[in-house]
Amino acid sequence: MSTALAEMPRSIPAFRPASVAKSRNLKKSYGEVVALRDLNLEIHAGELLALLGPNGAGKTTLVRMLLGLARPDSGSVSVLGSDPHLGHVQTRVGAMLQVGRVPETLKVREHIDLFSSYYPAPLPIAETLKIAGLEDITERPYGELSGGQKQRVLFGIALCGNPDLLFLDEPTVGLDVEARRQMWAQIRTLIGRGKTVLLTTHYLNEADALADRILVLDKGTIVAEGTPAEIKARAMGKQIRCTSRLSLEEVRQIPGVLGVKADRNAFELQVNAAEPVVRELLQRDSWLGDLEVTNAGLEEAFLALTQNHNTDSSKERN
Amino acid sequence: MAATTFPATLPVTRRSPARTITLFYKEAKYELLKNVRIPVYAVSTVAFPLMFYVLFGIVLGSGNPANRNEGAVYMLATMGCFGVMAVSLFGFGVGLAIERGQGWLQVKRASPMPIAAYFFAKLFSAVVFSTVIMLLLLAVGTTFGGVRLPLTTAARLVGILVAGSVPFSSMGLAIGYFAKPNSAPAVVNLIYLPMAFCSGLWIPLFMLPHGLRVFANFLPPYHMSQLALNVVGLGMAPASTWLHVEGLLSFTLICLGLAAWGYWRDEGKLYG
Repeated sequence: MSTALAEMPRSIPAFRPASVAKSRNLKKSYGEVVALRDLNLEIHAGELLALLGPNGAGKTTLVRMLLGLARPDSGSVSVLGSDPHLGHVQTRVGAMLQVGRVPETLKVREHIDLFSSYYPAPLPIAETLKIAGLEDITERPYGELSGGQKQRVLFGIALCGNPDLLFLDEPTVGLDVEARRQMWAQIRTLIGRGKTVLLTTHYLNEADALADRILVLDKGTIVAEGTPAEIKARAMGKQIRCTSRLSLEEVRQIPGVLGVKADRNAFELQVNAAEPVVRELLQRDSWLGDLEVTNAGLEEAFLALTQNHNTDSSKERN
Repeated sequence: MAATTFPATLPVTRRSPARTITLFYKEAKYELLKNVRIPVYAVSTVAFPLMFYVLFGIVLGSGNPANRNEGAVYMLATMGCFGVMAVSLFGFGVGLAIERGQGWLQVKRASPMPIAAYFFAKLFSAVVFSTVIMLLLLAVGTTFGGVRLPLTTAARLVGILVAGSVPFSSMGLAIGYFAKPNSAPAVVNLIYLPMAFCSGLWIPLFMLPHGLRVFANFLPPYHMSQLALNVVGLGMAPASTWLHVEGLLSFTLICLGLAAWGYWRDEGKLYG
């Protein structure tokens, strides 16, 4: 829904969205571990860009660089046209980071009050509390909050300065379904207010629900980029299930088949588009039976996308 | 694809001086509130020096009426020093180690908070706690220990010991940048308890072996407590005030140097 609306202007060729943040050939290693390799990224004004990737893909490292908390080994980062750790950039940026422990004896209102004071033109505290859904728990100490409430406080901290650009690093990690939906609604409110958001997540359905554009990150490189629909189309092949007299090897030879496995007496085929493969199957085996075509699940598809990259990275990297 | 840069006219991004003052005030206020509400910090930092003072300064001395007053005055200075030390080392050192090690400092560093406000707030909290400890010790000593200090002397004693928050906070700062969050309390205890003993905070130095007396010259609580004892005329060498000030000053500078190294190493880890 939000996706369709947000996609419209970008389909007009003359519309060139302003760039809010950029990275060029970013490289970063921690000792032997390569966190980012030659990463290029651009965040456009007013969009919600989702950075999707498994744990250890380099998402948090990238966010920390965009916040000026980490410096690249090589390459460059610019946010709002400047070096991200400069004060005049920081006042226009908000961040929700993954944090081990937050001072537990301070109350919700006190946390928001304190962070609001850091910014030159913050939102009124009452408004921050309202947007972040904290109105009912303002007087509760942080240590007594539930997981979802804690995340909402961190969310409130990110938005209280009324920033133009927000970085949300795994905002729903560890939340139950209900709390996750609530966080999604709040993130949509931000977009409704014209904010630019970079969100990292390892849930494809989260990126799908919120993003205008998705970058899939794996092992420090972008392996896919597009609208949620495009990413799903690329990632989400179909699954064909059938019984056949063909051998496993013969099935594997059919053009368009990405993977096959024998499951009891049937074959399970992973394909991008089902129709040509089904046609071919029927042509080669008139005994073909129990034909079933289903969508691959989102998460399996996402796994397939990143695994695809591992086995054939040269092709994917273009 | 989009080559456009962001509009050159930026909105107001500078804090007015009034907002900067408010920021420092709120940072300090909430740091203090945070600590006051942590029982293990608030109670133990205040209760331990008080308890030791009652046991060693008042109860122990009460069997000897002639010396009673002197013991209570001596311990007022040394337990004051002990309390100020604990407040600074735990508040600043352990507090920083935890907030740094568990990501909270990063959340603050990602915001436009000036790092000076963060350090100022921690020092402010240490000063407030130190003042409370000194006033309580003074009240207990006056009420139960027969301590009778002229008002100006009492004020100088409190003032000097509260000022001791500065060297000990520097030490806390250095520890905070090198200790891991989980081991920081142990590190602080391992450093400050033996240091307090060797500086003569429980047992006067002249009763300790010669070797320890020489060693004490290298310990900041020794210099701090001697400064305080000079105020009430119980110091080992009354003319040694500048020696102690110099000792504390060099110690503070060494700690700040270490802390600066830790800070840049940290930023290096973050920025490098």
